[in-house]
Amino acid sequence: MSEPGSPVVVRALSKTFGKTRALDNVSFEVRPGELFGLVGPDGGGKTTLFRILATLMLPDEGSATVLGRDVVKELWEIRARVGYMPGRFSLYPDLTVEENLTFFASVFGTTREAGYELIAPIYRQIEPFKDRKAGALSGGMKQKLALSCALVHRPEILLLDEPTTGVDAVSRREFWDLLGALQTSGLTVVVSTPYMDEALRCQRVALVQKGRLLAIDAPGEVGGRFPGDLYAVRGTPRHALIGVLREFPHAVSVQPFGDTLHYSDARTGLGVAELTAELATWTSARGIHDFDMQPIEPGIEDTFMALMGGVAE
Amino acid sequence: MTLAIDVHQLTRRFGSFTAVDAIDLDVQQGEVFGFLGANGAGKTTAIKMLIGLLSPSGGTARVAGFDVLTQTEEVRRRIGYMSQRFSLYDDLTVRENITLYGGIYGLTDREIRERSDAMIDKLGLASSAKRLVRTIPLGWKQKLAFSVAMLHRPSVVFLDEPTGGVDPITRRQFWEMIYAAAADGTTVFVTTHYMDEAEYCDRLSIMVDGRIAAQGTPVELKSEFGVASIDDVFVQLARPAAAEAGR
Amino acid sequence: MKLANRVAALRAFVVKETRHILRDRQTLIILLLMPLAQVVLFGFALRTDVNDIRLAIVDAAPDEESLALRARFSGSGRFTTVATLRNPDQLETRFRRGEADVAVVIAPGLASDLAAGVPARVQIITDASNPNTGTTMQAYASTVVAAWQGDLRGARAGVRIKPDIRMQFNPTLESVNLFVPGLIALVLTMVSALMTAISLSREMERGTLEVLLVSPLRPWQIILGKVLPYLFLAFANVLTALLAAWVVFRVPFRGSLVLLLAASTLYTLVGLGIGVLIAARTSSQRTAMIGTMLGTMLPSTLLSGMIFPVASLPAPLQLLSNIVPARWFIVVVRGIMLKGAGVTHLTTELLVLTGMMLFLLVVATRSFRERLA
Repeated sequence: MSEPGSPVVVRALSKTFGKTRALDNVSFEVRPGELFGLVGPDGGGKTTLFRILATLMLPDEGSATVLGRDVVKELWEIRARVGYMPGRFSLYPDLTVEENLTFFASVFGTTREAGYELIAPIYRQIEPFKDRKAGALSGGMKQKLALSCALVHRPEILLLDEPTTGVDAVSRREFWDLLGALQTSGLTVVVSTPYMDEALRCQRVALVQKGRLLAIDAPGEVGGRFPGDLYAVRGTPRHALIGVLREFPHAVSVQPFGDTLHYSDARTGLGVAELTAELATWTSARGIHDFDMQPIEPGIEDTFMALMGGVAE
Repeated sequence: MTLAIDVHQLTRRFGSFTAVDAIDLDVQQGEVFGFLGANGAGKTTAIKMLIGLLSPSGGTARVAGFDVLTQTEEVRRRIGYMSQRFSLYDDLTVRENITLYGGIYGLTDREIRERSDAMIDKLGLASSAKRLVRTIPLGWKQKLAFSVAMLHRPSVVFLDEPTGGVDPITRRQFWEMIYAAAADGTTVFVTTHYMDEAEYCDRLSIMVDGRIAAQGTPVELKSEFGVASIDDVFVQLARPAAAEAGR
Repeated sequence: MKLANRVAALRAFVVKETRHILRDRQTLIILLLMPLAQVVLFGFALRTDVNDIRLAIVDAAPDEESLALRARFSGSGRFTTVATLRNPDQLETRFRRGEADVAVVIAPGLASDLAAGVPARVQIITDASNPNTGTTMQAYASTVVAAWQGDLRGARAGVRIKPDIRMQFNPTLESVNLFVPGLIALVLTMVSALMTAISLSREMERGTLEVLLVSPLRPWQIILGKVLPYLFLAFANVLTALLAAWVVFRVPFRGSLVLLLAASTLYTLVGLGIGVLIAARTSSQRTAMIGTMLGTMLPSTLLSGMIFPVASLPAPLQLLSNIVPARWFIVVVRGIMLKGAGVTHLTTELLVLTGMMLFLLVVATRSFRERLA
């Protein structure tokens, strides 16, 4: 069933650490040239999955191939052709930007100059600081350097484990712009993130929670898996509104989203006007004013929370 | 009424580099105040000065009514602090962590016992009270860390990126705890990289290159910049600065 | 990967590792000064030279020769005669009460025996409750007797005393000579085992090891890249220790420096193997450090013959000392430094060390897995 040339094929992968099931029967495929996202909170099994794909760990059950090679038997064939960025800051803080890059180029049997073309758009942004120690860079710059180091040997696929964790919103956007550009140039990129909003930058995303895949789909389609209708509700005072809505007998979920609350109702086939009137009455009787509500399209985060079963880890 | 946090022209220089450049802040008691900024904008330096870990090069800062430079002890007794990852001891159990912090803040044995029972109960950790903190999920840890920071009932609590990497439901539960603390009169001073969380704050301050580039309620900021979300405000403010600094 | 690329990758690794060493100034200074400090401190603190030895003389029938011998002892400066007895029966109680350290028992008729050409009997009894000082005191006493004997005119038969073996090549009886080889072993253990374990576990903690493992670098390249810079540091340390020992204590160096450096390389590789093994089995720098301290430094100090002679250890520990690399290395260094011994004299020790090195490097390369878990 596997499409010919799928750069990543994962079949029924499981991995257990002690009593923790880090990966539980995970299967998916990444298509050539795709920007594929693994989205989910920390401790969901994303890092374990990356380590298995990067040939750093052996699965307990199931199989996986990267670039058509088996991650257990053909590790050396994989290693030379993969660019991997682990979740932690993985550079030498006491070496300069340039020294780090030169080192990682040599380790992969190439030179900085040979790989320069591919990394140029990224490296040019940090080149003014090439004599600075990597440990003295800001979070965003560190990640750009790490990405350059992962790309310098012109890999055929990039595996990036939470590259934007702890990075500010602006640097995160810039980082994703770079990933988009790499993907456009034909590189397959598999990336994980705990930030739901970043999933929108991927072509397809897999939602990961407690070692299981909740769903795999294009980010625009994931919202369609939300059960029922969703409404954005406003009202003052906002803090009180959460509690008031949760007490409403038909409320399924009430979650803050930005400056609104996302509300879903247990009943189906109810008109918007009808529901709005009902909730307006309910809330105004409990001290909420400026009430307003609009139907909205569910996003990835709404779906994620619904698929988590409304229960935190 | 006394301000919970009252900062005038607060400055910190490291050599020739000015990390925090004459900032002003006024946070009301019971307010949820969001403190945003890009990596390296000076947020951490500013917080360190407010909690008395770093002395200012200039300006004044009063927290909970006391001067952070001359009355550090008074300030520390009235504040709680939770940093991103390292607030709890991984190799102690849930209850041992609570007891430890209770002891540090000089609570009596009885107070510690009562408050830890109440806390464990409220967090639903009754069956995990004897587990090592290392073994509990990140979301639980962060909620526990926040509760521990609130153990001595501080009047101001500082939260430095408390929700990084936490799942979306736990993240929201965490914010409900923040609201509850604010409703009890505690001032919450919080930093985050999640821009949707910025919208949850009563007021925000956005730092860019050591200065405060914008301050106000989320609604005010969005209308001032003519955009739909705080994320857009943040990008407008921080992007030019980032390009300049090569970040 | 082509061989040229492998060599280039290894060179890059060595350059990187050298930069780590050079940029961590504090550690570097400590490592460079350590041999100096250790030679001086250990040299003064641990020397087992003994002065003011309390001497009991048993001289049943004093005559001119026995008096001459007694005069030798009182004139040596090291001995204080605390008792002169007629018969040896009282000796045991004196020893037991701790009133005497050494007894010299002169058989009656010393002068007449010597004149008649009958072998004279001089017995040296030492309080051996402290084996280290005991040996030294025995040796001092023997020297005095030997010196007296050497000056006897016309003595045909000699005196029956057993000279201490150490005296053959340590005639000044300066114990510091014996410690310097031990210190060299200790410093090399520190640099090779401890520093490799620390630098490797630091890469694990930093997450850089993950990237290195995923690269086409083979474990042997990573290990070799780690050891080469430290080998040079180890050479520097050996030379510093030798120089310090010569300048401060005038410890002689009689053998071949090339042979010593070659043996040090061998020993450093053994230490490196241990360091890699420890790093591979521990999860943090701190654990790796404590592990190395316990696993190498302690045995290298206590079970190697550096401070306590191996022969004075309890039997189980003597057996255990055979697997302590320092025990063999110290014999090699003592041989080269103090006896000027060549390879042929040290074959056993060098073979044992080579065996240990091969074993450890194979096990270390294996345990330094290609994967994380």
